[in-house]
Amino acid sequence: MLNRFMQMRLRDLVILAVILFALPLFLNNPFHYDLATQMAIIAATVVGLNLLVGFAGQISLGHAGFFGLGAYFTGIMTSNYGWSSVPALVVGAILVGIVAWIVGRPILRLKGHYLSMATLAVGFIIAIILNNERALTGGPDGMPVPAFTVFGWELSPFGSYNLLGMELNGSEAWYLFAAVVLLVAVWLAQNLIDSPIGRALRSVHGSEVAARVVGVDTARYKSLVFVVSAIYASAMGSLYAHFQGFITPAVAGFDFSILFITMVVLGGMGSTMGVILGAVVLKLLPQVLADFQELETVMFGAILMLTMIFMPKGLLPTIQTAVGKRMKKKAGGQA
Amino acid sequence: MFAEFLQYLFTGITIGATYALIALGFTLIYNASHVINFAQGEFLMIGGMATVSLTAMGVPMVLAIILAVLLAGVLGILLQRFAIAPAKQADVVTLIIITIGASIFIRGLAQLVWGKEYHVMQNFSSDEPIRIFGAVLNSQSLWVLGIGAILVVGLVLFFTRTLIGKAILATSMNKEAARLVGIRTQLVLMLAFLVSAVLGSVAGIVVAPITFTSYDIGIMLGLKGFVAAAIGGLGSGIGAVVGGLLLGVVEAMAAGYISSDYKDAVAFSMILVVLFFMPRGLFGAKVVERV
Repeated sequence: MLNRFMQMRLRDLVILAVILFALPLFLNNPFHYDLATQMAIIAATVVGLNLLVGFAGQISLGHAGFFGLGAYFTGIMTSNYGWSSVPALVVGAILVGIVAWIVGRPILRLKGHYLSMATLAVGFIIAIILNNERALTGGPDGMPVPAFTVFGWELSPFGSYNLLGMELNGSEAWYLFAAVVLLVAVWLAQNLIDSPIGRALRSVHGSEVAARVVGVDTARYKSLVFVVSAIYASAMGSLYAHFQGFITPAVAGFDFSILFITMVVLGGMGSTMGVILGAVVLKLLPQVLADFQELETVMFGAILMLTMIFMPKGLLPTIQTAVGKRMKKKAGGQA
Repeated sequence: MFAEFLQYLFTGITIGATYALIALGFTLIYNASHVINFAQGEFLMIGGMATVSLTAMGVPMVLAIILAVLLAGVLGILLQRFAIAPAKQADVVTLIIITIGASIFIRGLAQLVWGKEYHVMQNFSSDEPIRIFGAVLNSQSLWVLGIGAILVVGLVLFFTRTLIGKAILATSMNKEAARLVGIRTQLVLMLAFLVSAVLGSVAGIVVAPITFTSYDIGIMLGLKGFVAAAIGGLGSGIGAVVGGLLLGVVEAMAAGYISSDYKDAVAFSMILVVLFFMPRGLFGAKVVERV
């Protein structure tokens, strides 16, 4: 049993790695690379959110708040105080983790729609503060963020790099970096899911009361996973800020929060690969629909609605079930 | 000093009455189907925008309002029939995403039909403001409060005196039992969405002369309605009214005495404080969870 788990984990990770490193064969300009980089960073955020939504069964409609806090902490510390990127990212993530722990304890007691309401409120409050503290954040106009630097080595979309003899431009280098980050994010999430903590979380999802009865400290585990998912969001927010080079309070806004949760639900709650697919689809869709110009919003809404009505379990789980059924049928036919 | 306070109070009660109507719409749908309808705000937008565009086409105001309310009502029924009903087995959060998809869809349609501009709607009666103790009251505020009060009384009568109203209540209490005594619950659900859409569109119409209207006003208004409903306690009619008025007044006071930039932050902090001390809102029923 344990062995199979390990195998599945490894299989997912290998498939993802193959896709990520084969993708450059199909990308032929910096715009494609930039889009793929954004996807990878957002996907890593959503993998973190999925731990909360998909495994612990708690809804957050305010996760962009944590993403935005990370982005702005990095922006402010690196451009105003001369911090280097990695310390800014790490300290930002720790602070956001503390914030999440403080607000998480009381609000995770809430159930269902009250929890959605409370997380939505937290996200909104963060976005409003970022919008109004002009002296610190530049207000609604946003603020520039310097390039990502490690030990004086700079990763900028405009630079050019040499990796093991390969010439890379800035966009390509950022993509590879983001791909590695996504793999690490998935690997960490998988380890958490298969640990005793992950099992406790799944029991909370199944039935919180039953979990409590068998001695699971549900409140502790729920706040723990809330903090972990907030740290994911903060760290990815920091990277996103560096990559974009410019941030506005929209990164912490309601639309972004809704986008995150939609990626989780559309891709398939509880399936790490599924939510990555969700992130890819929802980032690609506006690009594809842009050709329809004024019909874009209508079509986006319609596709979102129809997918959720006909595939309530999400894209990947539905596809997997369909493929599984067909395989079974085939096997049955041969027997 | 007093004039100032009175001014904020007037503003707060007016906008609060609108929030209360939106919250009542949430409550109705929540009670009937346990769905939080994130497209609720779009009914307000449809009401306001349709009225504005119909009057611009030369339709008399009263007829325009009736047509706009009908349009919203049809939309409410369609939403239930084609988006909510087929997905009744889905998770809570999946249903939330479906209603969000619906709201994006409706907003997109509105943008196609009416464009992205802000539209101004005339006051129902004179533009002359009313002065009371040095505070200024927009005559439209009286319309908002009056119509809001009529709708609330109407709803109370509807639920306590009519068979259909009682059928909705019965369905919200126990769907299976309601079906057993011969209530057509599917019809009741559609009716709940219809009434909710009518409430929303009327609120959108009466408040449009004060706030203006555009294709995207539904998002924020809908969220405020959700906040009001949660403050009052989801599922409670009195809660929705009290929550709406409270939210409106607190927001107006915050805008006046603290800072208008932070008025929304005050509203959202209020919901956190309320939920911290009363996890089911002010009037929420205490439910014993069955395992």
